[in-house]
Amino acid sequence: MAHSEEHHTPVTVIPPDKEKIKKLWTVALILLMITVLEFIVAFSVPHQYEATRVTIFILMTIVKAAYIVGEFMHLRHEAKVLIWSILIPMVFVIWMLVAFVYEGMAIFNLRY
Amino acid sequence: MASTSTSVQAPGRSVWDGGVSPMGASYGKLMMWFFLLSDAFTFSALLITYGLVRSAHPGYEGDIELFQFSQAWWPVPEKVFEAIPFFEGLNAPLVFVGLMTFILIMSSVTMVLAVEAGHRMDRAAVEKWMLWTILGGLTFLSCQAWEWSHFIHGAHHGPSVAEGTKYFGASLSQNQYGPPDFAAFFFFITGFHGFHVFSGVCLNFLIYYNTVMGVYDRRGHYEMVEKVGLYWHFVDLVWVFVFTFFYLV
Repeated sequence: MAHSEEHHTPVTVIPPDKEKIKKLWTVALILLMITVLEFIVAFSVPHQYEATRVTIFILMTIVKAAYIVGEFMHLRHEAKVLIWSILIPMVFVIWMLVAFVYEGMAIFNLRY
Repeated sequence: MASTSTSVQAPGRSVWDGGVSPMGASYGKLMMWFFLLSDAFTFSALLITYGLVRSAHPGYEGDIELFQFSQAWWPVPEKVFEAIPFFEGLNAPLVFVGLMTFILIMSSVTMVLAVEAGHRMDRAAVEKWMLWTILGGLTFLSCQAWEWSHFIHGAHHGPSVAEGTKYFGASLSQNQYGPPDFAAFFFFITGFHGFHVFSGVCLNFLIYYNTVMGVYDRRGHYEMVEKVGLYWHFVDLVWVFVFTFFYLV
């Protein structure tokens, strides 16, 4: 059978590409640095500036997400049609976020 | 040979007519992507509902130094998650959850290195990096188990009692930190994420086992490592959002 023939085919191991591996570690370093920055913001920007804090946190989260999805999940290097098939449906998430938080504030105004 | 190459480019035929992958990705990888998309909707729904309920509750207005737990306002997360194991009573806000973030990011790196090794058909390297990834996942789960246990049992000192009631820790109906919904969301969101991590560790182990048994060498490619890798990175991605919206904001 073809199966047992394959069993004896020797596997050729390709040597690692140092550049590529270095790039992966760089992405990891960037992710960790952003997390450290988030900590610094969390404890240096006072709570009175809630809007500023939230904006910084959300921006940093989006940058982290972009690195994870783009580099680790390799989406940045996929076909354009695949990239858009994944990104465009995110519009629904944004719409839901806006609608629900708006609704939450309306409930707050009714209650208090 | 000439006839097959011309038939693809013949008038009226496109890449979508079959025989090729229009998105340049195999069926399995594509399905993993769309599964992850649907899973992203699930997690978005949970986190956005947290946003709705939180914005429907009053926030804490006063001086952060004088913050006390109360049923009247939503708690400030850094005041809730401020304990680390083995140092009872030490005030270390968000340090433990930062450590958990570090562990998960590191296990994501080891996973991507396993995928890279798979592309090179390097079985020994895949085994090594898969083991590190499994170890990272198990460490994360252990951290979460401790965090849940601490959250449920509550602090034994400091101002930790809601008005009128001497209630320590948290259950689904009541908690010492703030409105009942706060603990409910903590359990649901971190629990659902933790369950994903648990499934991820199981899948990673399966892949590790198959690698050791030489299944992928016989198959001629390590695409399964890549597919499960996508899932594992997604788990890390979700944690990035949980970390921001549950612990930081």
